Amino acid sequence: MRQIAIYGKGGIGKSTTTQNTVAGLSEAGYKCMIVGCDPKADATRLILHKKAQNTVMDMARELGSVEDLDIDNVLLEGYKGIKCAESGGPEPGVGCAGRGVITAINFLEENGAYGDDLDFVFYDVLGDVVCGGFAMPIREGKAKEIYIVTSGEMMAMYAANNISRGILKYAQSGGVRLGGLICNSRKVDKESELIGELARRLSTQMIHFVPRDNQVQRAELRRMTVIEYSPDHPQAGEYRALASKMAENTNLVVPTPLTMDELEGLMMDFGILENEPVE
Amino acid sequence: MKIRDHNELFCGREYQEQFERKKEFENPFPAEKIAEVSEWTRTEEYKEKNFARKHIKINPAKACQPLGAIFCASSFADTLPFVQGAQGCVAYFRSHLSRHFKEPMAAVSTSMTEDAAVFGGLNNMLDGLENAYSLYNPKMLAVCTTCMAEVIGDDLNAYIRQAKGKGLIPQDLPVPFAHTPSFSGSHLAGYDGMMKAILQAVTAGRKGDPNGKINLIPGFDTYTGDYRELARMLGLMGVAHTILADASGTYDSPNTGQYKLYPGGTTLEDAADSVNAMATIALQKYSTAKTLDFVRKEWVQRTAAITPVGIRNTDRFLEEISAITGRPVPAELEAERGRAVDAMTDSHPYVHGKRFALVGDPDLLLGLMSFIMEMGGLPVHVVCTNGDKNFRAEAEELLASSPFGAKAAVHTNRDMWHLRSLMFTDPVDLLIGNSYAKFLWQDTGTPIVRIGFPLFDRHHLHRYPVIGYQGALNILTWIVNTVLDELDRKTMHTASFDAIR
Repeated sequence: MRQIAIYGKGGIGKSTTTQNTVAGLSEAGYKCMIVGCDPKADATRLILHKKAQNTVMDMARELGSVEDLDIDNVLLEGYKGIKCAESGGPEPGVGCAGRGVITAINFLEENGAYGDDLDFVFYDVLGDVVCGGFAMPIREGKAKEIYIVTSGEMMAMYAANNISRGILKYAQSGGVRLGGLICNSRKVDKESELIGELARRLSTQMIHFVPRDNQVQRAELRRMTVIEYSPDHPQAGEYRALASKMAENTNLVVPTPLTMDELEGLMMDFGILENEPVE
Repeated sequence: MKIRDHNELFCGREYQEQFERKKEFENPFPAEKIAEVSEWTRTEEYKEKNFARKHIKINPAKACQPLGAIFCASSFADTLPFVQGAQGCVAYFRSHLSRHFKEPMAAVSTSMTEDAAVFGGLNNMLDGLENAYSLYNPKMLAVCTTCMAEVIGDDLNAYIRQAKGKGLIPQDLPVPFAHTPSFSGSHLAGYDGMMKAILQAVTAGRKGDPNGKINLIPGFDTYTGDYRELARMLGLMGVAHTILADASGTYDSPNTGQYKLYPGGTTLEDAADSVNAMATIALQKYSTAKTLDFVRKEWVQRTAAITPVGIRNTDRFLEEISAITGRPVPAELEAERGRAVDAMTDSHPYVHGKRFALVGDPDLLLGLMSFIMEMGGLPVHVVCTNGDKNFRAEAEELLASSPFGAKAAVHTNRDMWHLRSLMFTDPVDLLIGNSYAKFLWQDTGTPIVRIGFPLFDRHHLHRYPVIGYQGALNILTWIVNTVLDELDRKTMHTASFDAIR
């Protein structure tokens, strides 16, 4: 079983990319599970064709304790038998979402969600590695592979670099490795070259460049992955390509994060800042 | 200066006057109103409100995870329990165990404060491991956590590797760790998690030739007498065994005039060799579930969980040992069984038909219920704060197996305030519980037999076994003599007050 964590800046398209990739893997015959690690609980919507109502933490809140929970209530099956669970968590502004992730993953482990028949487990993790809870998927031999979803926008690259720093911390002690950057295009100038270079500087690879296409939006509105909604559309092919590259990927590295100056320098080199007026 | 005992002190004139004067500022309800409400809390109406309560626990019969983890760790020789978290928590675990055993108890904390809560507890852990190792020279540091480290998600695995990587502690020092959030589970989960972690750590790479022994995991058993009784029974059967782990050395050590930081416990060498045993038997099920699962899957050993409390359960336990080893149960143990049954018969006029309320840990409750029914006693209210649905099902099945169980109801996830309502609306003859249950005796007047953990207010009970036929005899003695004490108290001024019972 390969366990893979997907990180990246908020709003970059982690959940969309993850679900489309997992759909691609399942189509190719792999048995997959997605564990959403975000209180918003939208990491499995396209697979289940609805927003998961029964998150682990919601159910625990309702029943009063995680111990009273039944695994069947929170582990659902969607498209192509993909198993889906959502950690859920508190309302914005209260409580501790990170602890929710820890509790949820422990619950899933203890109750046999990680069956021997699984080929892939994907963790879709909220935004940055902001606290210990959001590092849970990469602790203690859980996910050993991380992919970072990014785009050519400054803040997305900044986040990718920051996440690499988190991975570096756990790589030294826990053996987790970076598998590559997934460029989810925002149509920034020279985006592919830029992310390719960022990947090189982080000692990793840009595993795939996912072009921007409105078909993703159309499929999402119908609560489906592109692969399910329009299997013959070129965008479905892109996700299949990403899926097969991930399935075959053996390029796993300890990342070498950049300093802020280096990161800005990188952007300069690719001309993003070149047209700014000189003071 | 005469130092007065506080039992008299507060009855003295100056304190009594002070209490009266304070009322001016406290503005309390009048005594009649308090008495009226107090009376109301004994009614059926209040019971319904009490059982509908959702958001508060009052006197829950459980302790928190790290307490169980520390108890487990300290039962291994030369092992220092090490707690990643706040200092006050560890003071509580230590005082709780010391008050029960009346023995000193060593454990260290990493003393996490505000900055650790924000930046993570890595530095506390690194300094702590280095200091604890160089100051106290343990052969094993067993790490668990308090709530604080758990909420911020401290990664023990990574921290310990870093400490070893930096050379702060030796690479080959066993440093097992268990995540033990106090806000979930109970001391039982903490014991289980720590036992699994320790066995995992000390047996790594030790799988070799079978050693012909049996492993025995007592679970969260705070009766030091049980450990000696277990060794004695197995000795009589001639069965080589390893107790994982033996708390009696640590918590019942002889007074030699010299303080020992590590007074006893199962040696790490014996613990390491446990992977080569022929079977592993747990004496509690609900504090060893994960450990037994690990033993079954990773060591590929036969496992069983039997709590030898009461006659039938002890029979089952000895039969299981006999089945595994092929050694018969010796005549000496059979004679002990006969004596225990004889004693039960002798006391039976005073125990048969008596109604019991019980509160405590799941495995002990199952053992006690079984034994009480063997004596013709009637379990009526069974409260298990830390019992899960599996316990409830098992308890209900046990009660259904005997006509003496017909009146009983099992209440999991309930507390002693619930039990108070039950005891007022549906009174019983006897209450069995730990020292905190004495407040139920105080309120309801139901005589209490102290069995369980913690026992703070009576001495030495933990030195007697509750397992085996000897344990059955002890439990019987405590129960019947409590009945007789109560009978004497009640008949004190009547013609029935008698020297013979």
